[in-house]
Amino acid sequence: MTTYAMVIDTITCIGCGDCVVACKTENKVPEGLNRDWVVEATSGEYPNLHTEFRSERCNHCSHATCVYACPTGASHYWKDTNIVLVAAEKCTGCKACIAACPYDARLIMRPEGYIDKCTFCHHRVDDGLDPACVASCPTHCMHFGMLDNPDSIVSRLLRERRHKALLPETGNEPNVYYLL
Amino acid sequence: MKRREFLKISGALGAAGVMPGLLGGCTSQPLPGTGKVTTTPTVCNICFWQCAGTMYQEDGKPWKVVGHPDDPHCRGRLCTRGTGGIGSYEDPDRLRQPLLRVEGADGQEFKPVSWDEAFDFIARRMEAIGERHGRDRLALFSHGGGGKFFRTMLQAFGSDAYAHPSFAQCRGPRETGFGLTYGEGVGSPDRTDMSHSRCIVLIGSHIGENLHNSQVQTLTEAIGRGVNLITVDPRFSVPASKSRHWLAIKPGTDMALLLAWMNVLINEERYDKDYVANHCSGFDELAAHVQPFNPEWAYLETGIEPQRIRETARAMAAAAPATLIHPGRHTTWYGDDTQRSRAIAILNALLGSWGRPGGYYYQEKVKLPKFPAPKPPKPASDWKAVVQKDFPLVSTGISNVMVDASIGDDAFFKGWFVYATNLPMTLPAGHDKMEQAAQSLDLMVVVDTMPAEITGYADVVLPECTYLERYDQLRNKAERTPTLALRMPAFEPRYDSKPAWWMAKGIAGKLGLGEYFPYQDYKEVLDWQLKQVGSSLAEMEKVGVKAFPRKTPVYMEEGKPVQFNTPSGKIELYSGLLEEVGQDPLPKYTPPDRPPEGYYHLNYGRSPAHTFGRTINNPQLFELMPENAVWVHPAAAAVHGVASGDYVHLENPDGKRSQAIRVRVTQRIRPDSIFMVHGFGHTDPRQRLAYGVGADDAALMHNVKIDPVMGGTGLRASFVTLKKTSEAS
Repeated sequence: MTTYAMVIDTITCIGCGDCVVACKTENKVPEGLNRDWVVEATSGEYPNLHTEFRSERCNHCSHATCVYACPTGASHYWKDTNIVLVAAEKCTGCKACIAACPYDARLIMRPEGYIDKCTFCHHRVDDGLDPACVASCPTHCMHFGMLDNPDSIVSRLLRERRHKALLPETGNEPNVYYLL
Repeated sequence: MKRREFLKISGALGAAGVMPGLLGGCTSQPLPGTGKVTTTPTVCNICFWQCAGTMYQEDGKPWKVVGHPDDPHCRGRLCTRGTGGIGSYEDPDRLRQPLLRVEGADGQEFKPVSWDEAFDFIARRMEAIGERHGRDRLALFSHGGGGKFFRTMLQAFGSDAYAHPSFAQCRGPRETGFGLTYGEGVGSPDRTDMSHSRCIVLIGSHIGENLHNSQVQTLTEAIGRGVNLITVDPRFSVPASKSRHWLAIKPGTDMALLLAWMNVLINEERYDKDYVANHCSGFDELAAHVQPFNPEWAYLETGIEPQRIRETARAMAAAAPATLIHPGRHTTWYGDDTQRSRAIAILNALLGSWGRPGGYYYQEKVKLPKFPAPKPPKPASDWKAVVQKDFPLVSTGISNVMVDASIGDDAFFKGWFVYATNLPMTLPAGHDKMEQAAQSLDLMVVVDTMPAEITGYADVVLPECTYLERYDQLRNKAERTPTLALRMPAFEPRYDSKPAWWMAKGIAGKLGLGEYFPYQDYKEVLDWQLKQVGSSLAEMEKVGVKAFPRKTPVYMEEGKPVQFNTPSGKIELYSGLLEEVGQDPLPKYTPPDRPPEGYYHLNYGRSPAHTFGRTINNPQLFELMPENAVWVHPAAAAVHGVASGDYVHLENPDGKRSQAIRVRVTQRIRPDSIFMVHGFGHTDPRQRLAYGVGADDAALMHNVKIDPVMGGTGLRASFVTLKKTSEAS
């Protein structure tokens, strides 16, 4: 089992949305749909403020509730990894996975109606490339690699920097981390 | 009052839609890149940064465009807008064929005509202007490389006047202020050495919201390694949110802060004494000049506590010379902008950062010979001496002054070529000016890829093909490494659109001036030029970007004397040139106008999703940001009874109203200011996505302050109030 992770540095992320456009063009995502998005969270009161930008997407959870919720096996792990994919030919569009996903990370493809999502650009991962969002980011705030390899950039960053994941309390074991 | 805002600022998820329950027989789409993939080098034209990239097609269809790894402008990564560049090619609202204004049954209308008819009409009108008024009476307004071809054609005809609105409506004060101080400007891409800075000071500059690619990359690189970032802004901008010090300055008082910083550096003897002694002139005058402007004085003007002014000045000195007081880029704010840029330039000199690592580096471009062509005739008059006589230090066109010189029967200019600049939204209250100019001019030719407000005033509209469909001049910008980059067509031009070189050459031919364009195809020029520097068009079509060895040093050579291109040969802290033309030789502070009760400072800026108003209709970028919002502090929102998501009209003290704009109530702005992203509020229905959404800040500007040194338009002295409406944008 190989665990791929994405590590995103909120200190350098500027919320520009390049990751969103890069994903859409790379993966030919139809108009009006997105596999990733940017969140801005501001806390405090003028003039003592904190703003955090986060590029968000499927967390490719090690315990992916969407995979377990899928009645047809359409949602599945790719090869022997944590990358969660949907096989359109097995998908009935029942949306059980949408209900099961804590991150609201799945979308309904138009016009066909099957479920689609972030793939961590597994077609690029096969070629040793970073996902399109990571490769396009002008701030270099996004990193991708294997958690199992202690020398990978993601392992190193998680060792060295304070970080968080989103909704770890679900027990899904998300694999997208945010450096703080 | 909300203590926490939580907003998805981009990307609507699809999961909310209601779709039929059971499907069968869907097949997964083939994985991207598994078809036949071809690539073409390009130079992005979605903004002026001109990043080199590679256009990918799969099975003959546009796929993606990515940054070129060897390009210093983008360092392998395009920005949001560049990544969405294909949308400009695919935009169904593009201009499709030449249009000519004619009298129709129901008044004036545009009639599609052939290129030959369009060129004939233009040439006849130009000749008529030449006969009646003189051949020097045409002006070019241009933003972008293709304007150069029209300039060649107009110079051949006898008209030398041109303006880039990016001077008088944007970075002119900076270039002038730095030019007066150092003998040269900052240039584009900006020569800031943020990769090596230990302290960076941004004054009203929101890098990261503007996506000037290598600027963003070097700033975030610096933030990543813990640079001491100080941001001066009435708004908690993106870089303010990354800063150790956010100085939420009272709008319009930046000069007071700059003078107080100089006061501290000089009186606490924290300036670079060796650097000042070796390279600067006028220090004693400056030291005496700043004595009254201590931090206690500045506090009353700026609202920034004296202790913070001292603390930040000391932080700058501690990191010097690797301290960059950033020059900003869009600097036409309050009318004393050249002087404010001078103050920034002087502050950098006190810290010794010009020509030093972490400050400002020296750039170099490739020495590229010009393609042999005849010299243009000497124009009948010196247009600058006539039109811009009040601004003798300015060597380029001042767009607003040239527009004024086009209004009325006795106006100097009688015809315009407008290349890729939407003047009605570029100039303050530009619609009114265009309306007047259009009544006076005998000819207005507009060249662009998209219909826009300016094309509505044109006699002739010429549709240009996009950057993905044409060869263009080689990109040869001064940079850290001299580099050439090639733009070449990935696609055949759609519709009946053409490249600028072809149009200018065609018009020149009709005027009997064909000899000034001594080539059949612009590829001949590119190949000839490239061969002069040891490359070729064939090579560049393969590699896209080529670096050349540097011949001059990147930084000042320590211990060696430096000759600056100023009258004294030194960095001029005290400017004799300004004194000669009756301007302040040392920067002075003028308190700004204050808004009337119930009104707010109108501040505007950029978004990473758009380039001015030029990309709003780009389908890919429109999806990311389909409208602008007005940022309002909760205290101001309470006064006007508005909440986030409500729509308001913005109204200036003259009663001029904007289109409806959505309210964003946020702690991230001073209570006395509002903020909106520039470029929205289009009124041309031919841009079907952009039409009618959001509001245009430029149309609300009622208090435009002309810079007495460089003639540009100070755009941040206007005020608006909020009028709630039920009408959505």
